[in-house]
Amino acid sequence: MVDAPREVWITGIGIVSCLGEGADAHWQGLAGQTVNIDAARFAPFPVHPLVPLDLDKQIPKKGDQRQMEAWQRIGVYAAGLALADAGVKGNAELLGRMDMIVAAGGGERDIAVDGTILSNRGKAADPGAFLNERLMSDLRPTLFLAQLSNLLAGNISIVHGVIGSSRTFMGEESAGVDAVRIAHARIADGQSELALVGGSHNGEREDLLLLYDAGGHMLRGDFKPVWERTGGMVLGSLGAFLVLEARDHAQARGAKPLARLSAVLSERSGRPPGAVTGALTKMWQSLAPRTTSPGLAIVSGAMGAEPATAEERAFLKSVGDVPVRATGSYLGHGFEPQFAMNIALASLALGREKVFPPATTSGIEQGYEGPLDRIVVTAVGHWRGEGLALVERAT
Amino acid sequence: MTSLRDKKARPVVVVTGMGIITSLGAGKADNWAKLSAGNSGIRRISRFANDGLKTTIAGTVDFVPVEPFCSTELGERMAMMVAQEAIGEAGIGRSGDFPGPLFLAVAPVEIEWPHRETLAAASGANDTVGYDDLLRASGSGRFHAIHERCLFGSVAEHLADRFGTKGSPISVSTACASGATAIQLGVEAIRRGEAAAALCVGTDGSVNPEALIRFSLLSALSTSNNPPEGAAKPFSKNRDGFVMAEGAAALVLESYDSAKARGAKILGVLAGCGELADSFHRTRSSPDGKAIIGCIRNAIADAGLTPDDIDYVNPHGTGTPENDKMEYLGISTVLGERAKSVPVSSNKSMIGHTLSAAGAVETVFSLLTLAHQRIPPTINYDVPDPTIQFDVVPNKARDARVTAVMSNSFGFGGQNVSLIFGTAP
Repeated sequence: MVDAPREVWITGIGIVSCLGEGADAHWQGLAGQTVNIDAARFAPFPVHPLVPLDLDKQIPKKGDQRQMEAWQRIGVYAAGLALADAGVKGNAELLGRMDMIVAAGGGERDIAVDGTILSNRGKAADPGAFLNERLMSDLRPTLFLAQLSNLLAGNISIVHGVIGSSRTFMGEESAGVDAVRIAHARIADGQSELALVGGSHNGEREDLLLLYDAGGHMLRGDFKPVWERTGGMVLGSLGAFLVLEARDHAQARGAKPLARLSAVLSERSGRPPGAVTGALTKMWQSLAPRTTSPGLAIVSGAMGAEPATAEERAFLKSVGDVPVRATGSYLGHGFEPQFAMNIALASLALGREKVFPPATTSGIEQGYEGPLDRIVVTAVGHWRGEGLALVERAT
Repeated sequence: MTSLRDKKARPVVVVTGMGIITSLGAGKADNWAKLSAGNSGIRRISRFANDGLKTTIAGTVDFVPVEPFCSTELGERMAMMVAQEAIGEAGIGRSGDFPGPLFLAVAPVEIEWPHRETLAAASGANDTVGYDDLLRASGSGRFHAIHERCLFGSVAEHLADRFGTKGSPISVSTACASGATAIQLGVEAIRRGEAAAALCVGTDGSVNPEALIRFSLLSALSTSNNPPEGAAKPFSKNRDGFVMAEGAAALVLESYDSAKARGAKILGVLAGCGELADSFHRTRSSPDGKAIIGCIRNAIADAGLTPDDIDYVNPHGTGTPENDKMEYLGISTVLGERAKSVPVSSNKSMIGHTLSAAGAVETVFSLLTLAHQRIPPTINYDVPDPTIQFDVVPNKARDARVTAVMSNSFGFGGQNVSLIFGTAP
């Protein structure tokens, strides 16, 4: 898997989160150990709120903005940043054959409509008829289009003109890993030259809190960095897209690499005890000999759900003296886009040949001032799915 | 043994197992008998109250009981049944040990009304119930099953658990093209040499009040409720929308070499896949048909064929005014004068639109068409649309020589996928 037949470069990143918009804002936020938390709005659940975006910069038509809910706007915005970063924005020839894989969940519910129905349905003479009546009259006709998973990709096609192909993967964290894996594999094999891959997540939503809290996975009360929690995720709003490109294709158009994406692996451990640690270890071993220190760091997607995070911690302890950084302590957990975000942040660190400082004094994250030319990015789903990527300094 | 490659030097991808469920019934034999007899699976919805609805019909799969009803649960049960049928026919691997990845087309998953009402009841709220109340109840530890059921990835995980597919299973949505995209992903994985076999499944059990109302509010559904079996009228002048339907289909894809080596019966060849997204509008095709035309051309080229080689089209053929008009523009632009003579018949006239499953369901029917050398009809074709000059195989199946079939799938969000099938080499 390492040294795929054709080298895959990352030639653009587009990222937005509670730390800001774009590469520099994220680097400064990480370097400054900035934690942005809104503890009040969804109390007792803290969330990492998205910075305000000037949507007009990436979604120029107000009509397009109105046709989307927040999760789609975040994604279309981040996709625009990535295309601009790669120097392909507005280039109809390239966009016309650019492949796209989006990792997506679903869109926002109309919370008020749900509340009205839940409050009154039990009192209705005919609950079935009541539900039909309220939905028929209260649902905004185009809300469905803002909820459909594949309409993030659809909106990227409309707003930015990416049309070579359009595929949407669903399935929380794993969707994000496999989107990058398949985009990478297609380029490595010659099925694709240029691809946009990533996703978005609006964590400032009661309906999502409800889903994950039902699983017992949400942190209540005071915010803590992920390694200091005894279980519990904090939702984050984030958008992250990568432009992946065959090395030859990038060189032919004079595009520079931010980093090289050398390998993307995913597993389905099924989660009997110890399986996450085992799956991560197996993938890690398959990256040998690229996993030697010094020069190596790990950007972890750990988010605090248990037993996922405890098992990842056991894996991290087993790999020895490698600096570890869990970005979830700053960004919160965004499920589908988290892996692309962490690959983007890894490429920033590689470009600067420097690891950002630890977020926690819990011991698992240690300061590191040594050389840096490779980063392994981890992804462990809060419920299922495991993944690794190897990102290397492009030379 | 020398490896069989296509014209582009890629491994040839064949089908060695198929499974299907539609509103017509379960299994290939029952479905093909009814489909080729021109039977309709569209009926009055009995699953929930029809009061106040403009559309009261659908192609529901009522013979797979799910109580209390949950669309994702029905989708999962149907997916299990069709995967079992397909793997059984292929005779591949050992029980619970399928030797390849899973690609699943599945409707977007969400918390459904019965789940929400369970949480509302547990909240103890009396007068008004809001998300604050639901969130007071959700963390009690009693609702882990709702969490698991309502994750986007859990249908695929459960299938992978049961059939032992390899690696991380991929759940895909390209709206009403999802089934075709799942197959395309399987074809690509085999062509890359990552896998010798892949299990591709499409499933959709979406007929619940909110899903029906969403399509209804977009004016996408037929309101010709009486009689139900007459509602889906693809290519007719009086067509007035699609009919929502449920179903599932599974295919075992395999490299030709792998199938040959184990002596498997080859049911057909997956010769080509094409795709091109439309950037015009969220629900409508570009009026010049550019994306549909490009998609069809990409698929034919990928198969190493020319438009003249296509001798049957299994169209998307939903029966909405917009789709059928644009699909005619697309097919007639690519096939030219031959568009008037190549048979183009819509399965959806009988089984309705199985949404996320449609691309997989219609792949199975396309391959059965090749196997039987018999073209299923477009039923309810009583008032031809003079602007759509297809030979729609009106109302009655027809024996014909069929060697290369194209199946189209188009979806909201500018999704277009075309697949090309051929007979065993």
